[in-house]
Amino acid sequence: MFDNLSDKLEATFKKLAGQATINEINIGIAMRDIKRALLNADVNYKVAKKLVDDIREKSLGEQVLKSVSPAQMIVKIVNDELTDLMGGEHQPLNLSPKKLPAIIMVAGLQGSGKTTFCAKLAKRLKKNGKNPMLVAADVYRPAAVDQLRTLGEQVDVPVFSIDEQDAMKAAVKGLEAARLAAKDVVIIDTAGRLQIDEKMMAEAEALKHALKPDELLFVVDSMMGQEAVNTAKAFNDRLDFDGVVLTKLDGDARGGAALSIRQVVEKPIKFISVGEKVDDLDLFYPDRMAQRILGM
Amino acid sequence: QGKTEIDEEFLEELEHILVGADVGVETTLSIVDAITERAKRESYRSAEELNRMLMEEIQQMLLDSGEHYPIDFDAPLSAKPYVILVVGVNGAGKTTSVAKLAYNYEKAGKKVIIAAADTFRAAAYEQLKIWADRAGVPLIGQGQGADPASVVYDAVSSAVSRNSDVVLVDTAGRLHNKSHLMEELAKIMRVAKKKIPEAPHEVLLVLDGTTGQNAVSQAREFTRFVNVTGLVLTKLDGTSKGGIVLSISRELNLPVKYIGVGEKIDDLQLFDRARFVEALLGRQE
Ligand SMILES: Nc1nc2c(ncn2[C@@H]2O[C@H](COP(=O)(O)OP(=O)(O)OP(=O)(O)O)[C@@H](O)[C@H]2O)c(=O)[nH]1
Ligand SMILES: Nc1nc2c(ncn2[C@@H]2O[C@H](COP(=O)(O)OP(=O)(O)OP(=O)(O)O)[C@@H](O)[C@H]2O)c(=O)[nH]1
Ligand SMILES: [K+]
Ligand SMILES: [Mg+2]
Ligand SMILES: [Mg+2]
Repeated sequence: MFDNLSDKLEATFKKLAGQATINEINIGIAMRDIKRALLNADVNYKVAKKLVDDIREKSLGEQVLKSVSPAQMIVKIVNDELTDLMGGEHQPLNLSPKKLPAIIMVAGLQGSGKTTFCAKLAKRLKKNGKNPMLVAADVYRPAAVDQLRTLGEQVDVPVFSIDEQDAMKAAVKGLEAARLAAKDVVIIDTAGRLQIDEKMMAEAEALKHALKPDELLFVVDSMMGQEAVNTAKAFNDRLDFDGVVLTKLDGDARGGAALSIRQVVEKPIKFISVGEKVDDLDLFYPDRMAQRILGM
Repeated sequence: QGKTEIDEEFLEELEHILVGADVGVETTLSIVDAITERAKRESYRSAEELNRMLMEEIQQMLLDSGEHYPIDFDAPLSAKPYVILVVGVNGAGKTTSVAKLAYNYEKAGKKVIIAAADTFRAAAYEQLKIWADRAGVPLIGQGQGADPASVVYDAVSSAVSRNSDVVLVDTAGRLHNKSHLMEELAKIMRVAKKKIPEAPHEVLLVLDGTTGQNAVSQAREFTRFVNVTGLVLTKLDGTSKGGIVLSISRELNLPVKYIGVGEKIDDLQLFDRARFVEALLGRQE
């Protein structure tokens, strides 16, 4: 079995080598390979289809048709196309210097890695000379507050929480506490929620309106399959988030969901999470992600 | 006279539905082949008949979960205590599923004990403690940083002396490509056997229902290190269909036993193949 697109394409073109020229028909076979590779990497099938149509168009150019190694040429086209779709350059956090404290709110599906990310981000900001506070606005998950507290201790950042099951109150009071303590950044952890859970989505929306975060980050598990697109779209429709955090990239998932999300919501991926420890946070690099999706 | 050909449009739509439900390309193509063959062989008279054939084909790809291990909570268990190890990648829903299983066994009149063998994640014990209290069952743990194998040994010993029926072991989330963490699971298995040679009697692999193709790799690696006997597919209350279990069933012969359909303690259901396939094909809400 081939799990590397470039090997697979080489093999496809070798098989076709007997046929005098590379033409539309055998380009078609290569396109089928590319589409399968994308689907196997969890790129959404609608996104994959559109992508392959674009790649076909480009591959039919003179250069590829006359090339001695059409497979290499096509792989390059695919790679460039993907990198492009991933958003070109890295995009940093955008924290307003005027408003103090700057506010970062984190949202996403259950178990995606939000709470862990909040602690990692706090650690990173602190290292960069900021003075952050963490706020526990997940008032539902059993021991969510304890989890954030434990992580807060690990990164040596104070954690604000209340004893009531009221996310809004926790967030608003947390913000007040941060102001009083002269913190310059507040990171607000929220409960995991399904995009079809109206009550929970309304809560997230209300939090956004009350807090007016500088950065609202959508956290998504890189192992996610075809529904990543609809999920991201629904969160974006409700929350108009500013960026995406892709987690659990220390696994072996290709992470095609990232491409689909990027394509459908047009929001930059800002961070990647690469482990369970508080230091396991990296910036997102589009070219690396493109190569990972292609298995290169 | 029945038809023996299926029109392209139907097959194309089927392909989209299946791929869109995370069934994966290979398995989708094999389903398309199977239904095409079957139509040729048997012929069909109406769209309903074709759909019925399709459902049957897909259902056949899923193992019957009742076969080897009791799935129903009322059923008598083959050993006492019956040790169930719950494993899976990070955030899949292991701890919540342990709580739901404990609740169901307890409700069925069995005496349950939970082992807190996730000694790694922040507040893992505190989370499980809240759940154990809700389920009304005792929890055995040693606190953060302790050796998980030793927690399991304690829990199994305690179950023997308390005359418990079921021991549910919650383990830390681990990605299947991290060999040291997978070795740790194998060690937990070995230590459980020291007290009860046949333990664990069941190993449930918890899969997040939103997971795409990577779930196959998860199932493959977990079965390599521990003797996985069944799957728990969680978060099916969302919009994902969990179609990847078809590929897992096909490749690894693992039955889905339970599904998670929410965050509450009673949000666990026995896996029902027919209903699952109906939902997969979008024939039902
Ligand atoms: N391997 C790995 N594990 C991660 C990563 N990020 C988070 N985790 C783990 O994933 C699990 C879930 O992480 P949480 O931070 O609790 O996720 P969450 O989104 O806050 O979960 P809920 O609050 O329940 O919705 C935990 O076991 C984390 O340790 C990552 O990048 N890699
Ligand atoms: N909607 C929904 N959420 C679920 C379901 N099962 C678990 N969850 C949620 O998913 C998140 C993670 O669940 P846990 O049980 O902590 O997952 P875990 O596998 O034990 O996580 P780690 O121990 O960190 O690896 C929590 O927010 C749960 O409430 C389910 O069936 N449906
Ligand atoms: K997950
Ligand atoms: Mg959380
Ligand atoms: Mg857990």
